Amino acid sequence: MVDICKSFPGVKALENVNLKLKCGTVHALMGENGAGKSTLMKVLMGMYVPDSGKIIYDGREISRYSQGQAIGMGITMVHQELSYIPHMTIAENMFLGREILKNGIIDRTAMCEKAKELLARVGVSLDPKVLMKDLSVSERQMVEIAKCVSYNAKIVIMDEPTSAITDKEVDQLFAVLNDLKAKGVAIVYISHKMDEVLKISDEVTILRDGTFIDTFPTENIDIDQIIVAMVGRELSQVYPEKNNEIGEQVFEVKGLKREGVFHDISFSLRKGEILGFAGLMGAGRTEIMRAIYGIDKLDEGEIYVRGEQITIRNPGDAIKNKIGLVNEDRKGVGLVLPMSIKKNLTLSNLNKYFNGIVVGNKKEAELADKMMQMLAIKAPSKEQLVKNLSGGNQQKVVLGKLLLDEAEILIMDEPTRGIDVGAKAEIYKLICELAEEGKAVIVVSSEMPELLGLCDRIIVLHEGEMMGEVQREDFDQETLMKWAFAQ
Amino acid sequence: MFQNLDAKSNMLKRNDAKSLLSKYGILIALVVLIVVLSIATPNFLQVKNFLNVFRQISISAILAIGATFVVLTGGIDLSLGAVVAITGVSAAMFAHPGEYPIVVPVLVGIGVGVLFGLFIGVIVAKANVASFIVTLGVTTIARGGALLIADGRPVSNLDPAFNWIGNGEIGGAEGQIGFPVMILIMLAVFLIVWFVLNKTKYGRYVYAIGGNEDAAYASGVKVDRVKMSVYVICSGLAGLAGVMQAARIEVGQPSIGVGYELDAIAAVVIGGTSLSGGVGTVVGTLIGALIIGFINNGLDLLNVSSYYQQIIKGLIIIGAVLLDVKTKQKR
Repeated sequence: MVDICKSFPGVKALENVNLKLKCGTVHALMGENGAGKSTLMKVLMGMYVPDSGKIIYDGREISRYSQGQAIGMGITMVHQELSYIPHMTIAENMFLGREILKNGIIDRTAMCEKAKELLARVGVSLDPKVLMKDLSVSERQMVEIAKCVSYNAKIVIMDEPTSAITDKEVDQLFAVLNDLKAKGVAIVYISHKMDEVLKISDEVTILRDGTFIDTFPTENIDIDQIIVAMVGRELSQVYPEKNNEIGEQVFEVKGLKREGVFHDISFSLRKGEILGFAGLMGAGRTEIMRAIYGIDKLDEGEIYVRGEQITIRNPGDAIKNKIGLVNEDRKGVGLVLPMSIKKNLTLSNLNKYFNGIVVGNKKEAELADKMMQMLAIKAPSKEQLVKNLSGGNQQKVVLGKLLLDEAEILIMDEPTRGIDVGAKAEIYKLICELAEEGKAVIVVSSEMPELLGLCDRIIVLHEGEMMGEVQREDFDQETLMKWAFAQ
Repeated sequence: MFQNLDAKSNMLKRNDAKSLLSKYGILIALVVLIVVLSIATPNFLQVKNFLNVFRQISISAILAIGATFVVLTGGIDLSLGAVVAITGVSAAMFAHPGEYPIVVPVLVGIGVGVLFGLFIGVIVAKANVASFIVTLGVTTIARGGALLIADGRPVSNLDPAFNWIGNGEIGGAEGQIGFPVMILIMLAVFLIVWFVLNKTKYGRYVYAIGGNEDAAYASGVKVDRVKMSVYVICSGLAGLAGVMQAARIEVGQPSIGVGYELDAIAAVVIGGTSLSGGVGTVVGTLIGALIIGFINNGLDLLNVSSYYQQIIKGLIIIGAVLLDVKTKQKR
C-alpha cells in the first residue's frame, strides 16, 4: 500500500500512509487509538475506497475493489468487535455465505466435519453444533480466528485478536500464526499489547494521527522506542510513583456467593489502598464486582461499609453507600452514548445535586466543566456527545461520574481496556491520586503488569474461587499466574 | 494526540454544522412546505386557514407528544387510536347535560387512559414483553371495550359545555376569527412536555434509558418505574385526546380513532425521534405533526383525491425515515 490517503468529512484519517506486507511474516501495526490503524485496514479490506494512493498486490496495481473481491483475493480479517450470529451454530457461522452444498442443499455433516477440523487447527476442541451464544467470549474469538484461517487467506488481518482470550489461548494463537507464516501467509497484527507484538512480529509499522511514522524490523526496536514513536513524546513512566497511605478498614465482604458463578468470596479493603483482582477469563472477577454493585443478585454473603452491614438491591443502593463501579463494558453499561459529556457525568448524581424536579443547568454546567478540566477530557465542549469521543476520553467520563458521586469505594473493572498508552498512563496516575486522597480502590484487570504496577495487594481468582492473596512486597508474576491457572 | 486536537476540533465543528442541519432540517422542510403551498394555493396563507390546520392537528399532535415519551425509551404504542375511542366513549357517558360538571367527564377520560397506560407499562417494564405486542393486544381490548360500554352505538346528547372543549373559541366576537380551545390545550400540553423533557430529572432519565438502558440502571436510575410511567403519560394524553375528539364531534363514537396511532408515530419519526430511542425532541414532534397537517390541508386545497393523499402521506413518512437513516450513516 503506497501513499494511501483517506479523508472523512472534516478529518484526514490517513495521509500518505505506506504499508509493505511480505509473504510469510507477521507485520505489527501500532498506534494510539485514532491513529488510523482501523481505517487503513478497512481500505485494505475494500470497505473504504482510498482518496488517493495505490494498492499493489502480487505485483499488480489494484485500485478499487469491494469487500467481497478482497475476500476472493485472500484478504481476510478478524475483527476487534466480533461479528457473529448468536442463534446459529459454530459451523453455520463459520461457513456463512459459503455454505457447503450437496445437490443444492446444505450439507450439515460436511460442514460440521470441516468446522471441527478448522477448530482443531487453532487448537480448540469445541462441538461445531453448539450455538454461538452459548460460548464464552474467548471461545467466540477462537472460532472467529478459525473462520478467518479457513478462507485460504494470503493476507490475514487481526485487529486486537487477544483482547478477549486467555494467556493459554494466546499461545495457541501464536502457534497458529507461526503455522500460517510457514505457509507464506502475510499477517497484519494490530495490538496494544507490547510484549505480544515483540514476541510474534517480524516488522512493526507505527502510525500516529493518520500519518506514517516508520517501519522497523522488530529485532531492532524495544518497547520504549515503540512508545516514543507512537505518542511522539517520552512517556516518563507508565506507572506513577505510589505515595498512598493505607488507613483503616472501610469495606468488607464475607462469604459472597452466586450460584454457579462464584462462592466463598471474603475480603476487606482499607482506606487509601489499591486492591487488585487477577484471574483468567471466566474466573468470576467481573461477576463479583457486578454483584457487589447490585447489578446482579447475590445468593449469599454479607457486605460491610465502615463496619456496618448494608444490603444492596440495586445500583442505587450502592451509590448511596458511596460505592462506585467503572464497568468493564464501557459502551454497554458505562455510558449513554447519544448523550452529552455533561449529561453523562451527572446522570447518577441528579438526585444528590438537584433538589426538586428541575435540573439546575448552571450548577450542572459548572460541575461538568470542573470534571472535564480535572480529568483533562479532550473535547471541544461539554455538550459533545460521548459517542464522538475516543476510548480514553470516554473512560475518563466514566471515572468523572464516579468522582461526582463522591464514591469512597471505587471498583474499577478493566479501567484501561481498549485505550491507548497515553490515556492509560493518565488513568493510572488518576487511580493513584485517588488512593492518595484516601479512597479505597479495587482494580480488576487481565493485564498482569497493570496490577503489579498499581496495586498494594492482589487477590487471585480461579473459577469463582479465591486462590490466594499477595502483598506488594511479595509480588511475583509467576506465582500469580500459577494461582490463576490453579496449579 | 495533542497535535491532532486542532484537526479533531475541526472535525467536531463540522459535525456540529451537520447536527445543526439535522436538527433544523425538519424546520426547513416545514418552511419550504408552507412556501410551496402558499404559492400553489391562493387560500392557503390566511390566518383562518392556519388556525384551521392547527385545530385539525391538535388531537394528533397531543397523541404524538405522548408517543414521543414512549419512542424515546425505545418502545412503541400502537393502541393510541383505540384508547382514544374508549376514553372518548367513557367521557361521553358522563357528559350528558345536567348530570355532572364537565370536569368529571374530562377526568374520567384521562383516568381511563391512565389505567390503560398502567396496564401496558406494568407488562412492558416488569415482565419485559415487547411494547409492540402488548399495545397491539391492548388495541383490540380497548376497541372491544369501547363497543361494549357504548353498546355498539355512539353516545350522543352531550352537554354543550363539554362540546365547548372541542368547538369553542376564545375571543372571536361577531364576524371575527376566534382562537380555538383545542389549540390552546395542545399548546399547553406541548409546553409542559417540553419543560419535563428538557428541564427535569425525569426527562433526563427518559433519554438515558432510551440511549442505554443498562447504563441508566447502573447509574442508579429506577428504570422500571420510568419505563412504566412513559406509557401512563402516553395513554393519559391519549385519554385527553379522546375527550377532545368526543367534544369535537359531539358524540362518544366507539369506532373512531382507527389509524390515529400511525399518524402520531409518523409525526414523531418525521420530527427526528429515533425509533431505537434516546434521540429526539418534542419540538420535532410538533413540527412533524404540523407537516402532516399542512400536507393534508394543502392537498385538500389542491383538490387532490383523498386516495392519493394517503399514498402521498405514506411516501413522505418513508422518505423522512430514509433521510434520518442516511444522515446517521454519514456520521
